[in-house]
Amino acid sequence: MRPVGADEIESLAIGAWILGTGGGGSPYLALLNMRQLYRQGVVCRLMDASELADDDLVAVVSNMGAPLVGQERLTDPKTMALAVTMMEEYLGRKFRAVMSLEIGGGNSIQPFMAAAMLDLPVIDGDCMGRAFPEAQMTSFAIHDLRMYPLTLADVRDNAVVVARAASWKWMERISRKACVEVGSIASTCKAPRTGKEIKECAILGSTTKAIGIGRAVQAARRAHRDPIDAVLEVEAGIRIFGGKIHDIARRTTEGFLRGTATIEGLDDFRDHDFKLAFQNEFAVGWLDGLPRVMTPDLICVLDTVSGDAIGTETLRYGQRVTVIALPAPPILLTPKGIEHVGPRAFGYDLDFRSVFA
Amino acid sequence: MRRRIGIDVGGTNTDAVLLEEDAVAAAVKTPTTPDVTAGIIRALATLVERAPAARDAQAAMIGTTHFTNAVVQRRDLGRVAAVRIGLPSGASLPPFVDWPEDLAALVRGEVVMLEGGHEFDGRPLVPFDAKGMRAAARRIREAGIRSVAVAAVFSPLNASCEEEAAAILRDECPDVAVTLSHRLGRIGLLERENAALLNACLIELARTTTRAFSQALRASGIAAPLYLTQNDGTVMLAEVAEAYPVYSFASGPTNSMRGAAFLGKRDEALVIDVGGTTTDIGSLRHGFPREANNVVEIGSVRTLFRMPDLLSLGLGGGTIVSMAGVAPAPSLRIGPASVGYRLTEQALVFGGDVLTVTDVAVAAGLIDLGDRKRVASLPAARVEEALARVRAMIEEGVDRMKTDAGETPLIAVGGGSFLVPPRLAGVSEVLNVPHQAVANAVGAAIAQVSGEVDQIFQDLSRDEAIARARQLATDKAIAAGADRATIDVVEVEDLPLAYLPGNSLRTRVRVVGEIAR
Repeated sequence: MRPVGADEIESLAIGAWILGTGGGGSPYLALLNMRQLYRQGVVCRLMDASELADDDLVAVVSNMGAPLVGQERLTDPKTMALAVTMMEEYLGRKFRAVMSLEIGGGNSIQPFMAAAMLDLPVIDGDCMGRAFPEAQMTSFAIHDLRMYPLTLADVRDNAVVVARAASWKWMERISRKACVEVGSIASTCKAPRTGKEIKECAILGSTTKAIGIGRAVQAARRAHRDPIDAVLEVEAGIRIFGGKIHDIARRTTEGFLRGTATIEGLDDFRDHDFKLAFQNEFAVGWLDGLPRVMTPDLICVLDTVSGDAIGTETLRYGQRVTVIALPAPPILLTPKGIEHVGPRAFGYDLDFRSVFA
Repeated sequence: MRRRIGIDVGGTNTDAVLLEEDAVAAAVKTPTTPDVTAGIIRALATLVERAPAARDAQAAMIGTTHFTNAVVQRRDLGRVAAVRIGLPSGASLPPFVDWPEDLAALVRGEVVMLEGGHEFDGRPLVPFDAKGMRAAARRIREAGIRSVAVAAVFSPLNASCEEEAAAILRDECPDVAVTLSHRLGRIGLLERENAALLNACLIELARTTTRAFSQALRASGIAAPLYLTQNDGTVMLAEVAEAYPVYSFASGPTNSMRGAAFLGKRDEALVIDVGGTTTDIGSLRHGFPREANNVVEIGSVRTLFRMPDLLSLGLGGGTIVSMAGVAPAPSLRIGPASVGYRLTEQALVFGGDVLTVTDVAVAAGLIDLGDRKRVASLPAARVEEALARVRAMIEEGVDRMKTDAGETPLIAVGGGSFLVPPRLAGVSEVLNVPHQAVANAVGAAIAQVSGEVDQIFQDLSRDEAIARARQLATDKAIAAGADRATIDVVEVEDLPLAYLPGNSLRTRVRVVGEIAR
C-alpha cells in the first residue's frame, strides 16, 4: 500500500482518457473533485491486490449514465460513497477497499472519490483494462462471476438495490431503467467481490499503468518531444495511422452512440485512408478497406500535436489525429474473452486478429 | 441609399469605413488611443471629411477587443456574486472552482449555492429554494456587490429557476446587474457558469465603454443607432450589447473574416489575415467563420463560447528574420519574435537595424516599401530561402485548416498580405482584395442579426427536431431585431445522445437576417 500524490491523480486523468479508447467520459470533473479533496488534505492510498485476504470484500464502483447529463449534474464524492455504504448496509459487512469498474475515462477516478470519503484504499486494477459500453464486457463476466447485488444512488437520496438478476443483460436492463428514472446519472456499486475473486479475475495493475501513460505524456510535453511516441514507448503500442478527419457520421441506436469516422492520410500515410467504427468506444479500424485493428485491442485516437485523447463525441472534421493501438489485457484475448468483447460482440462479422500477434 | 459605418477598435489601429450599398465609399486607418474614444472620434472625423454622406448612415457598428484584453490583463474587472442553483447536485464543485487563483481573487464576491434546477427532460431536479434566494439577495445588497451571475442546472432547457432568481434580485436589489447563464451558453454547467461570471465582472466596464462609443458617435454628428459586433459576426444594439460583453470577445478576427468574404465575394473559402506579428487562418462557411466546437479558454478560464476556429501562426510583416552563424553553414530563422507596431522605425527599409520579413519581401520585389537600397546587399539565395520558409509555413497552416481534400480559394487580407504567394498547394486561387487593410471594419459594417438554439429534443424525427429548432432560432433573431423576410439558416448540427432514452437528439440551429429598418 502506498500514498498517491496529487500529481499522480493528474497523470491518471490523462492516461485514463487515452485508455478510454474514445469512450468512458472525460475525467475532467472527477479530476476537479480530487483537486478539491487534496486541497483539503486528503491523501488516497493505492493497494496492490496481493495485500488482500481471500475473504476481504472489495467495492467495484462506477458512475453510470449519459456523459452529457454529467456536464450539468456534476459528479460528487458523497453520492459515490453513498452507493458503497448502502451496499455495506445491505450485506451487513464492511468493505476492505474500493476498485474501479473501468480504467478508461472518468470512472478511473471515481473510486478515489469514494475512497477519500470512506478512508479506504483503492485497489490497483479494474475489470475492463479500458472502457467498454456494456456491463457484461468485464473480466468478471468472462469468468462467470455473479452479477448481483448492485446498489445505485442519486444525489437526492434516491437509492435502489438490485437484489438479483438472471443474467448480466438483465442486470444492465434493470439498472439502466432505474438510472434513467433518476435523471440518467447515478453512482453505482457493482456486485461485491472477494479478495480471492479480485486476485484471480480482475485486471490488475491498470491504475499504475494509466498513471504511467499520463506521466509519459506530461514528460514528453515538458521536453518538447512527441507525446504520442512517449505513449507508444511505455505501452509497446503501434502507430496505426495518421491524418485528418475527413468525414464523420453518428447515430444513436439502442442507447449507444454509433458511427464511423474516415481519416485521410498525411505524411507517412499520404494516399491511404482509414475508417473507424465506434459504439461509444472505437471498435474496428479499416486501412484502405481492409480490417487493420479491432477490439479488444485498444484503439486510441489522439490529437497529433498535443497527444490528448479525442472522444467519439468530440471527433470533428479537420482534426489532425493519430490512431494508435495498445495491447489488450490477456484475459480479453482468451476465446471466452473474444466472445464477450471481440468484434462479433459489437456486430462485426470478423474473426479477431490482434495487431500484436 | 443604404449607408453603414463600420468601426474596428484594435490594440494598434482604429479603422473606420463607410459602406454605400455594397461598395466601400471611404476607409480610414488611425492609431488607437489610450482612452479609445479619442481614436474613434478622430477616425470618424476623417471619415466624414472624406465622405460627408457618412452623417446620413442608417447604422454604425463597432467591433472591439477591449473586453477580452481586460480579462487577459486583469484590469477594470468588477467583483461578482455567484449564484448557483442546483443543489444537492454539484455541491463539491462550487463556482470559480477551475479559475486561476489570481483572477478568482479579483472577481469572487459572495458565493451562493441553492436548491433547484432541472433534469435533461425538463422535470425539476428539486423545488427551487426561493426563500434562500431572497436571503442571498439581501446579503448581496449588504455586501455592496453590483453584479450577479446566476447559473442553474440545465437552464438552457428550462430557464425558470434563473428567471425567478432574477425577479427576486430585481426586487431586493434593483440596482444590481444580473447575468443569467442560459442567455450565454450551452449545455455544460461549469463552462456556462464561467461565461456568466466573466460577463458579470465586465458589465460595469462594458456599460461605460459602450456609452463612450455612443458619445463619440454623437460628437461626430452621426445620429445612426449604434450596434456592437459579436463573436459570431452578427450585431446587437449597443444598449442591449452592453449587458453581454462576453459576446464580443472574438469579434476582431470574426469581423476580419467576414470582411474578407464580402470583399472577396466568396462565401466558401479560407481566409488568411497577415498582421504585424501573427497570421490567423480560418475557414468560411456560408460567409461565416467556422466555429470551434471545443472548450475555449479566455484568460485561462474554460468557457464554451461561439468562437471562430482559428489557427494562429507566429508570422507577420514585423517578424524578425535571423541569419545567425557564419558561412558555409549560417542558420536561418523566421520569428517568432516581431518588432510589431515599431516596424516603421526598426525595419531595415525604414532606416532601422532589424531584418524583418517585410525587408525580405522588399528585397525580393514583392512590395515597394521604404528605401529598397538598404536591403540591396542581402544575398539573393538567403532571400529566396527565407521566402520559401514563409511559404512553407503558410502552406502547412492552410492545409491544417482545410476541411476537405478539394482545392479551396484563399482570401488574403491584413497589412502583411503581400507575403502570401500567388500560388499555393491545395489552393485554387489566392484572392487579393481591395481595402484588405480595413477588412475588419468592413466586416463590422456588414454584420447581421442572429438567433441560435441548442437544445435536446426527444421523440421527434431528425427532420422534425431541426424544423422545431429552426422555428425557435428564427423567433429569437426577430426578437433581436432581424427582418423576417431576410432570415437564412447558416448552421445546422445534430448529435444523437448515447445513453438517453426516447431517441434524444441534441440539435443546434443558427439563423441570421438583415437588420429590420
